[in-house]
Amino acid sequence: MDHLEFEQPIVELQQKIAELKKLSDSERIDDKEKVDISEELERLMKKCNKLETNIFSALDPWQVAQLSRHPQRPYTLDYINLVFDEFQELHGDRMYSDDRALIGGTARLNGQAVMVIGHEKGRKTNDKIRHNFGMPRPEGYRKALRLMKLAERFNMPIVTLIDTPGAYPGIGAEERGQSEAIARNLYEMAQLKVPIISLVIGEGGSGGALAIGVGDRLLMLQYSIYSVISPEGCASILWKSAEKAKEAAEALKLTAENLFELGLVDEVIEEPIGGAHRDIDGMVEKIRETLTRHLGEVKRGVLSVDELLEQRYDRITAYGRFEE
Amino acid sequence: MNWFDKILPPKIKGTKNNDKRGVPEGVWKKCSSCESVIYGTDLFINLYVCPKCDNHMYIAAQDRVASLLDTNGPQEEIGSNIRSVDMLKFKDTKKYKDRLIAAQKKTNMNDALYIKHGELKGMPIVAGAFDFSFMGGSMGSVVGEKFVRAINKAIELDAPFICFAASGGARMQESLFSLFQMAKTSAALTRLASHKLPFISVLTNPTMGGVSASFAMLGDVIVSEPKANIGFAGKRVIEQTVREKLPEGFQTAEFLLEHGAIDMIVDRRHMRDEFYSLLTKFMDKGPVEKQVQSEISSLVENTTNA
Repeated sequence: MDHLEFEQPIVELQQKIAELKKLSDSERIDDKEKVDISEELERLMKKCNKLETNIFSALDPWQVAQLSRHPQRPYTLDYINLVFDEFQELHGDRMYSDDRALIGGTARLNGQAVMVIGHEKGRKTNDKIRHNFGMPRPEGYRKALRLMKLAERFNMPIVTLIDTPGAYPGIGAEERGQSEAIARNLYEMAQLKVPIISLVIGEGGSGGALAIGVGDRLLMLQYSIYSVISPEGCASILWKSAEKAKEAAEALKLTAENLFELGLVDEVIEEPIGGAHRDIDGMVEKIRETLTRHLGEVKRGVLSVDELLEQRYDRITAYGRFEE
Repeated sequence: MNWFDKILPPKIKGTKNNDKRGVPEGVWKKCSSCESVIYGTDLFINLYVCPKCDNHMYIAAQDRVASLLDTNGPQEEIGSNIRSVDMLKFKDTKKYKDRLIAAQKKTNMNDALYIKHGELKGMPIVAGAFDFSFMGGSMGSVVGEKFVRAINKAIELDAPFICFAASGGARMQESLFSLFQMAKTSAALTRLASHKLPFISVLTNPTMGGVSASFAMLGDVIVSEPKANIGFAGKRVIEQTVREKLPEGFQTAEFLLEHGAIDMIVDRRHMRDEFYSLLTKFMDKGPVEKQVQSEISSLVENTTNA
């Protein structure tokens, strides 16, 4: 399936339009019929646009969550190849293996050398398995940290792209210290001497996302989500039923819009109607512009290392709401 | 103590411990492991470790901190006035607000983490403990803030920090705010480290999820209680994902020790001595031998002498 349930009416209308188009292109009908068809086509296309606008302007959080996992949504490797130039992937954690769920390497963003790191879910079945559906094991986080340290040594800003259901819950992952690997990244990223910009492009799944998401800026695409737990997981624990995912998504305030209002996100990058995959080129332009702008605000020369680290520390320790 | 002494009511009526939790009076408790029936006072004296089978049972955060600190030294609680605000107006089958009120009543704490600064055998320390009975010891904004203040206090006092974790992870009811407490607590530890002050992280049953995947695994020394459950993902989630049976003893303290994830397993009743010995070496204070009682042992003495 390459579309979501709530997109079904749009897909049906689009199919009808396609059929009509085919008919009007065929040789067997006369010119008068063609005119009729083209009028009908125009009417249907208007209707389709209106339907799309209606559906996508009133998405509930659960629908946004589904859209953030849309099968056609661009993934990290898509963006790396389109937003950045000269990407060279660097592999392995030097200790155990090369985790394909978390990829990274050197690249250029508008000419500036950067280290780019992100979760990759994989598009086709084989890729999905190879990339473990974007769920990293400890060696993924340790590779990410190795690359971040490398970036620090050569004064390269770090860009991370977040898109994961979460860190992998497996036996080997636990044996090799999944908790420690995530914790270590949080600790080290808090004091890394180069700018770190994180962009959530799809699913921000809990600690598995945060482990590459601590830094100087947090950006989100409009139809991405970020949450302490998946709506399904939350529903099955608090409501004792995974069926209540819609309610949980609502309660968790996990959409980019909600999180921006709560002051946890610096900027939301608008997506085309229907999501990033409907206009990848436009999306890529916006992402490149936004990343470059934010990097410009925190780069060396604008901020000293001490200022950068002081601001980051204040930013991280200011998270939370309480009264006294 | 013979059986007859045991069934006599404890002579604690005359003691004054208004702000203390005190010795549980006349309650029989069943060990969750060997099922022995133990008298409440005996269990309290033994820091809630089963005298028959050494099973380490739940201990309230306040008792935990009291068991570590000197009774006759200065002591002060940190961050007792910080309270959670329900900024998301979170409601599942119950309102978060109501869950908080119930937990506060039950534990007599403002949130799941209790912090005091005081002394350990004369050495100034800051000690914190999670209470699992406060919403599963879950970490939200208040816990994160108290953790940071504990570290700031430790820096101010030039003192080590000891934290006992007991938590199911991040608190769902504060959503992303809770998740970001993982970053907040971890960042604060970089400051403690830059002041060359040691952090002992004690993992108790259970330490899971976002707590395990942040400060708890960042101890300069990581200690666990025997047989404590420690891990990132829950057993059920892992089983559903990998669809195979989990190995024997998976995610226990002993399992973690074998896999190199923790430094040592220490019996709760020996922690004061072990930690003191460790910290005097890290802080290079020399082997001071000072006879000081912990709050709990002196409390017990008071009650039995009364």
